[in-house]
Amino acid sequence: MNDKWDRPLAGITLILMLVAIYAIFIYAPVEKTLLEVQKIFYVHVGTAWNAFLAFFVVFVASVAYLRTREARWDRLGSASAEIGVMFTTLVLITGPIWARSSWNMWWTWEPRLTTTLILWFIYVAYLLIRATAGDERRGILAAVFGIIGFVDVPIVYLSVQWWGSHPIVLGSSGGGLPASMLTALILSVLAFTALYLYLLRKNLGIQAVEEELKQLKEELRQEYD
Amino acid sequence: MFWRKVGVLVWKDLLLEFRSKQMISSMLIFSFLVIVIFAFAFNPVQRTTQEVLPGIIWVAFTFAGVLGLNRAFAVERDNDCLLGLMLAPVDRTAIYVAKVTSNFIFTGLTEIVSFPLFLVFFNYHLQASLGWLVLTIFLGTLGFVAVGTFLAALASNTRMSEILLPLMVFPVMVPVLIAAVEATSTLMSGGQWQAVASWLRLLGVYDIIFLAVAYVLFDYCLEV
Repeated sequence: MNDKWDRPLAGITLILMLVAIYAIFIYAPVEKTLLEVQKIFYVHVGTAWNAFLAFFVVFVASVAYLRTREARWDRLGSASAEIGVMFTTLVLITGPIWARSSWNMWWTWEPRLTTTLILWFIYVAYLLIRATAGDERRGILAAVFGIIGFVDVPIVYLSVQWWGSHPIVLGSSGGGLPASMLTALILSVLAFTALYLYLLRKNLGIQAVEEELKQLKEELRQEYD
Repeated sequence: MFWRKVGVLVWKDLLLEFRSKQMISSMLIFSFLVIVIFAFAFNPVQRTTQEVLPGIIWVAFTFAGVLGLNRAFAVERDNDCLLGLMLAPVDRTAIYVAKVTSNFIFTGLTEIVSFPLFLVFFNYHLQASLGWLVLTIFLGTLGFVAVGTFLAALASNTRMSEILLPLMVFPVMVPVLIAAVEATSTLMSGGQWQAVASWLRLLGVYDIIFLAVAYVLFDYCLEV
């Protein structure tokens, strides 16, 4: 793995993370009604945005893999799905903590929440397909499911929206976000995007090393068997 | 020509099933069992149970349906039948359409038998206009089977297809379940078709989208 970009990217991620933490906890004012709990909002949105980005990358990589059959697209899809599931898990954990204090309930079956939960299930299934399919078929099967899952998301959103005889959610920080809070939010999103890119490259690197190891083992086996 | 080939493949599945009757009888017994289990879990006498009966019915339909889907491609694994199918001079998509049709027939038969059983065991007084109810169940089942058959073909390539299939099918078919349960419960409690028109449209659109996507992608699921 050629890691010319590894250190700079790690450095950028670290700096952005520190700046974002500063912006969230010191620069941005404490919200009047929710107080400190509102701080989780920055992390929540940062991870959510990256979860969706990651799944979009899975979709693009799936289509590209089915068209070209190049292993790099398959690896990209796999890496992005893993990180996406991790981010979605964080979203699903931070969401209820925030919701408890702002809406006074842990969970509501509102379109965005429900769709995120269904997304989590779909991409966990995606990872399970990768784990249980045979080596030579894995890429194709996962890519096919990556496309199906992505097509499904807007329909899930729409159907849950129509279903919604449930409490309508009003974001506590709805339209008018003060400038300093918006800055903190943007920094947090950027920091998590950098983290996503860093993890993606690390994951691709691990896969490349695994591939190399497999080939070495194969060579040794042929030599000494 | 295409439909003749599909017809032959469907006939093959039906003949196989009516000789052994293994799958359809397991599906029937299973959905009957779901009725009994739900009767114990939720007291049938209570009013609330009557209100959630449409949901219970769809749970039974889809759970029994998954049993059938699991077998759809597993039977073709024996004696390398799948390879034979793929070598036959038919489009892969004809295999998909045929499997959707035969799965639809099996699931449909299960539903026809178990629906009256639900009404009997839950003492439900049905006031629905039957035509629209049938249309709802038809569209819902078609969506479930269209996605399910495709994913069953996909899952049959993996090591734990029996457990993996429900994990893939249920998240993807959330829209079908929502629309079908809402429409069924509106109709069963005496609602008019205007009240369910948008749900039926959603089901129709879902069916068309996923039949089309599966039609395009099915080739990849059966590649050797």
